[in-house]
Amino acid sequence: MTIITNFLVQPLQYEFMQRGMIAAVLVGIVCAVVGSYVVLRGMAFFGDALAHTILPGIALGYLITGGARDTLFWWALGTAIIAALGIGAISKNAEIKEDTAIGIIFAGMFALGVALISTVRSYAVDLSHFLFGDVLSVSTQSLWLILIFGGLVLLTVFAFYKEFTTLSFDPILAATLRLPVGLLNNLLLTLIAVTVAVSLQTVGVALMVAMLVTPAATAYLITHRLSTMMFLAAVFASLSGVIGLYLSFYLSIASGAAIVLTATVFFMFTLGWKRLRGI
Amino acid sequence: MYPHSHHEINQPILDVSHLTVRYNGRIALDDLTFHLHEGERVAVVGPNGAGKSTLFKVVAGVLQQNSGEVKIFGSRPHGHVCIGYIPQRSQVDWNFPVSVADVVMMGRSAKLGPFNWPRKKDWEFVRHALETVELSNLSTRQIGQLSGGQQQRMFIARALAQEAELMLMDEPLTGLDTPSQEGILDLLDRLKKENVTVMVATHDLDQAEAHFDRIMLLNHRIVSFGEPQIVMQTENLLNAYGGRLRSTDDGKVLSIDDCCDDDEHDHNH
Repeated sequence: MTIITNFLVQPLQYEFMQRGMIAAVLVGIVCAVVGSYVVLRGMAFFGDALAHTILPGIALGYLITGGARDTLFWWALGTAIIAALGIGAISKNAEIKEDTAIGIIFAGMFALGVALISTVRSYAVDLSHFLFGDVLSVSTQSLWLILIFGGLVLLTVFAFYKEFTTLSFDPILAATLRLPVGLLNNLLLTLIAVTVAVSLQTVGVALMVAMLVTPAATAYLITHRLSTMMFLAAVFASLSGVIGLYLSFYLSIASGAAIVLTATVFFMFTLGWKRLRGI
Repeated sequence: MYPHSHHEINQPILDVSHLTVRYNGRIALDDLTFHLHEGERVAVVGPNGAGKSTLFKVVAGVLQQNSGEVKIFGSRPHGHVCIGYIPQRSQVDWNFPVSVADVVMMGRSAKLGPFNWPRKKDWEFVRHALETVELSNLSTRQIGQLSGGQQQRMFIARALAQEAELMLMDEPLTGLDTPSQEGILDLLDRLKKENVTVMVATHDLDQAEAHFDRIMLLNHRIVSFGEPQIVMQTENLLNAYGGRLRSTDDGKVLSIDDCCDDDEHDHNH
C-alpha cells in the first residue's frame, strides 16, 4: 500500500509537478469541451493549422522580450485570434479549395516562425518547447492566465450552448431561426483560438490538435448526448494529463508527448472495446 | 438580438413576384410570380435541378435572390422565424450526438432568445410536437436510431416546436417505403387543421395529384400552377419534363425516368 502511495505522492512533492498537474487538468477540460465542437464540425485540420500558424507570433514575442515565458501567452493569444478569424475569412472567399488554402497559409506561417526563432543561438531548445510544450515549467502566473481564460471559454460555451449546437447540427435551421450565424461562427473560431493559446505551454504547437480532438473523439464513441460527450471528454483529457505527467516523471519522457500518448491509448482502447462489443 | 418581424394582417403568407436567381452564372429560377393562401398544401414538382431546393432556400431567406421580391406576411423573409425548412434527409449528420427531443428543442432556439435555457413551457411545446407526429415514445433515442419515416416526422415536430406557419419540405418522401410515405401524408392532412401552410418538393406525380390542394410544375420557370386536374395535363408535363416521361398505353402519364437526385440517396448508417 505504502509503495503505491509513495509512487503517487512522491512526484507531487515537487512544486513544478503540482503546477504541471493543475495546468494539464485545466487545459484538458477546456480542450475537451471546445474540442467536442471541433470533432462534430470536422474542424480537426483547422485546429492543427491554427496551432501551427501562431508560431511566428510566439517567435516575435520571444525575440522582442528576450525569452520571457510569461508574456508569451499574450503573443500567442493575439496571433491565435487574428489567425483564426483570418483563416475563417479565407475559407469563405477562397478561389481554391478550403483545405488547400489553409495548408498554404499554415505551412508558410510555421516556416516563418521557425526562421525567426532560428536567429537566436539557443534556438533548438526553445523551439522544442514551443513545438512540444513544457508543462513542468508553468509558473504560478501562467496558471492564473490558464484559469481565467480557460474559465472564460467554458462560460462562453455554456452561454451559447444551444446556438453552437444548433449551428453545428443544421446551419440552415440556424439561418431560418435568424440566429446571427456569422457572428456565432466567428465566436466559435475565437474560442478555439483562445483554447490554443491557453494550451500552448502544456502540449505545444505540434501536438495541440491531439488535445482538441482525441479526448472528444473518445467520448464521441461511447455517448449519444453532446453534454455527456463534453463531460466524458473532459474526464478523459484530465486523466490523460495526470497519467501522462506520472509517466513523464518516472520514464523521463517529454511531458507533452506523454499526455498525448496517454490520450491516444484511451482512444484506441475505447475503439477496440466498442468494436469487440459491437461484433 | 434575434430579429422578429411582425405579420401584417390581410397579407398573403407567401407572395413571390418576378423572382430570379442565378447560380454560378446559370439561371436557376426565372421570373417566378405566385402567392400562397394560409393553410394551403402545395406540391412543387419538376425534374432534377429544376430549382426546387433553390426556391425553398430563397423563400426561407437563407439564399439571396438576384432580382424580384419574396414577401412573408408583407415583409422580407429575413426577419421571420415562422418559416420551417425541413432538409433532405441525406443532408443531415445522423451520427450527431443529440436525441430526438434535443433536435425538436432546437426549433425553439430563436423563441428562447440568447442566454436562456429551455423552460417548462418550451418542453411543453416539444412534448406536444412529438405527440402530434407520434414520436413521444422515441424522444430520448439518438437520431440515427430512427427509421427514415420517423426521421422525417422528427423534423416536422421541430418545425411545429418552432411554431412555423409555413413549412418547406424538400423531398420528404424520397427513399421512404409506402407505409412511411402514407404516414407523412396523413400527418400533412392533420397539419392543415392547425392552419399550417405546407410546400412540398416531390417527384411523385400521383401523390402530388392525390394529396395536395395545388401543384406547381417547375422547371426554372413556372410551367403551370393550379389545381391538380388542370396542372397534370400531359401537355404541361411534357413542357416541364421534355422527353423524360414514360406513358402508359392509354396515353396517361405514368412516371418520370429520373426520380432521384444523386445526392438524395440515403446516407443513413
